[in-house]
Amino acid sequence: MAASPQPAARLQWLFGAIAVPRGWRAGAGPIIAAIVLFVIVFLALAAPLIVPHDPLAMDAVQRLKGPSDVHPLGTDAYGRDVLSRVITGGRISLFIGLGAAVVSVMIGLMIGLVSGFFRTADAIIMRIMDSLMAIPSILLAIALVALNGPSIWSVMGAITIPEIPRVVRLVRSVVLSAREEPYVEAAIALGSSMPKILWQHLMPNTLAPLIVQGTYICASAILTEAILSFLGAGVSTEIPTWGNIMAEGRIYFQLKPSLIFWPGLMLSLCILSINLLGDTARDMLDPRLKKREA
Amino acid sequence: MKFKTRSFDDVPGVLEVRDLTVRLAGNDTAPPVLDRVSLKIRQGETVCLVGESGSGKSVTSLSIMGLLPKGALVATGGRIELENRNLLELGPQAMRDMRARKISMIFQEPMTALNPVIRVGDQIGEVLDTHTRLPAREKKARVLDIMNQVHLPDVERIYRSYPHQLSGGQRQRIMIAMALILEPQLLIADEPTTALDVTTQKQILSLIAELQETHGTAVLFITHDMGVVAEIADTVHVMKLGQIVEHAPVEDLLRRPRQEYTKQLLQSVPSLTPRAPRAMSADGTVLSVSGLQKVYGAHGVFVRREPTRAASDVNFSISRGRTLGIVGESGSGKSTVARCIMRLVDPTDGDIRVADQEIARLSRRELRPYRKHIQIVFQDPFRSLNPRWTIGRSLIEGPLNIGTDKQAALKRAAELLTLVGLPDDAVNRYPHQFSGGQRQRVAIARAIAMEPDVLVADEAVSALDVSVQAQVLDLLDELQQKLGIAILFITHDLRVAAQICDEVVVMQHGRIVEHDTAANVLANPQHPYTRALIEAAPGRQWDFANFRELQTA
Repeated sequence: MAASPQPAARLQWLFGAIAVPRGWRAGAGPIIAAIVLFVIVFLALAAPLIVPHDPLAMDAVQRLKGPSDVHPLGTDAYGRDVLSRVITGGRISLFIGLGAAVVSVMIGLMIGLVSGFFRTADAIIMRIMDSLMAIPSILLAIALVALNGPSIWSVMGAITIPEIPRVVRLVRSVVLSAREEPYVEAAIALGSSMPKILWQHLMPNTLAPLIVQGTYICASAILTEAILSFLGAGVSTEIPTWGNIMAEGRIYFQLKPSLIFWPGLMLSLCILSINLLGDTARDMLDPRLKKREA
Repeated sequence: MKFKTRSFDDVPGVLEVRDLTVRLAGNDTAPPVLDRVSLKIRQGETVCLVGESGSGKSVTSLSIMGLLPKGALVATGGRIELENRNLLELGPQAMRDMRARKISMIFQEPMTALNPVIRVGDQIGEVLDTHTRLPAREKKARVLDIMNQVHLPDVERIYRSYPHQLSGGQRQRIMIAMALILEPQLLIADEPTTALDVTTQKQILSLIAELQETHGTAVLFITHDMGVVAEIADTVHVMKLGQIVEHAPVEDLLRRPRQEYTKQLLQSVPSLTPRAPRAMSADGTVLSVSGLQKVYGAHGVFVRREPTRAASDVNFSISRGRTLGIVGESGSGKSTVARCIMRLVDPTDGDIRVADQEIARLSRRELRPYRKHIQIVFQDPFRSLNPRWTIGRSLIEGPLNIGTDKQAALKRAAELLTLVGLPDDAVNRYPHQFSGGQRQRVAIARAIAMEPDVLVADEAVSALDVSVQAQVLDLLDELQQKLGIAILFITHDLRVAAQICDEVVVMQHGRIVEHDTAANVLANPQHPYTRALIEAAPGRQWDFANFRELQTA
């Protein structure tokens, strides 16, 4: 079965007894999603090199033009090239999505481990988390932007903070069940220190569910960023993001719907692909699915 | 020992299995899971199917019930005949009709086999709903009648109870009531008493025997416990690796086993005769416990419950090189005592002295240097090793904590593996590559790596097959002789306790009811509870290893 023991051993470390079910094959959906996402990410990363025009360069003569050889998707109200703006807009959206996912998973993991293992800390931490969960992220974003001015960091903070409690709850539930395992008790009996037990015995159990949760956070963060930008509470209007482009295009919607259509399409495709990949990861890593197949 | 001796030669058969072969689905090259299994069960007969885990006992019973996991196992040959019909050829609808009406089954875990959110009375009634049309009043009358027959107390109340409100024994009685309400011709019992305490086991076994008598049901009883076999079987079939290696009437089999495998199986059944007493060593006490108490629950702001005394006033001590057994049924507090001593839970009161240091009230941090003196081996070898870690990494975890350098620890780990009878290249492998018995050896090696004074074995052999159990007990004995460690051996099994312990403590409801040498406790029990425990041990008058009655010295 295992031709090379090394990678198998690494999978074993990451997913424990929950290996990927044998004979599991990705359907067409996840593969298309992966390709779409790859293209979007590639375009966003390579944007400065491949965009045909400067996304910020205005041209009063070329206002609200339709598709042409020079501007394949036309121009907006300031004569800026829509194609260049949509491609560049992905940079901020993806950065915020990925950033929010990574930061909230990191912070949530730390707090969740402590909360799951120490009863006294748990009572206090979970009440704080409950109150954090009660803050709507859009309201928080408006408050943060009002305080600090519109910047990527306020937006990312506003998206990340309400996600943390969800991650904490997830990690905590995994730790609560894993700490009852005899191998954890054996480690206590062997005199291992608490940080060591938390990090080496308990943390690996949380990785599989966290990977899945991370993809969902990423998708919802991209969406929230777009909503905030659309409402004018997001990143400053000079920087093109999908939300910003749509917000500016809104006024000319009846005149030129493509101003909203193209960034909207990119946004939907991006979120759809991420969610599809997340579902696939969940199917792969879910121990119950494996049991069903056996 | 009184065996069942009734002859079944002229009794009509109920079920006949002929050359049943079961294979892994879609894999014709792998050896079959069942290889030409044949057995015959006659009216009123109890056929026992014995064998170690993986021998195919449960697959046989599932094939008869038509419950082989779809897409994983398929019957590829042979016949299962009931009333001249081949069950293997029946469609799903016809098979469903057979179940409960003609054949029914009871399982090992009565808690998981019952639906936790439906009242037990309704669950029994459901069997009637599926197979008969009865008016509600008559239906309830029949359910209450069968509940009376399985000797449930206060049937009207239990009818309205949920499974969690009943004890393990009562739940198993409900299962039996469900299985027998339609008076099937064949009852399949798959390890029905394994999860129960010995005293409850005895009651359930006599209940099955009694119902079999009144209804004339044939019973196919699957077990790994030779004691149970001796008590209830008419005919015994011994299985090994999917084949029936030997079958004979029970007394023949126990007196004159023909096959080498059967002999081995019988010889590894631990005897109830205590081991020869060993000389007290002069080295003195390594662990002493006095006035230990653990109280659970009690005060909360809103909750005011009667606190549970899991252990109270527990006193004992162990000297170097000696083994003390704690014996008791589930809920007797024996594991609580072990966990208090390990400080996995904090005792409410009392003293625990290890290496001349009182550890019951030390903080976790102060305690860590003393952890090395006392180590534990758990029951379940599949969960006591971190599945993500290599054996080597698990073995050096403890030594690294007390400051051994990594190279020395790894070298020692390889030595330890040899000591517990595993190849030393096992350090680089993962737990899932080992069998249960091998993993338990690793767990023992991990504990020994700390060079402890005391080893706590919490039901350390209970999850293992008898032959493996015997090997692990031998290993513990050998290690004790080599290293002079003291062992605190916690078990529910008097046979195992008799084999390994110098002294035995019997616990009931969190208290010690008897404390004496193993020989005295087993031969001359003082407390009624101890006597009940010994009397409930199945097959206690039989010396399995020597194929004869127990010689009372």
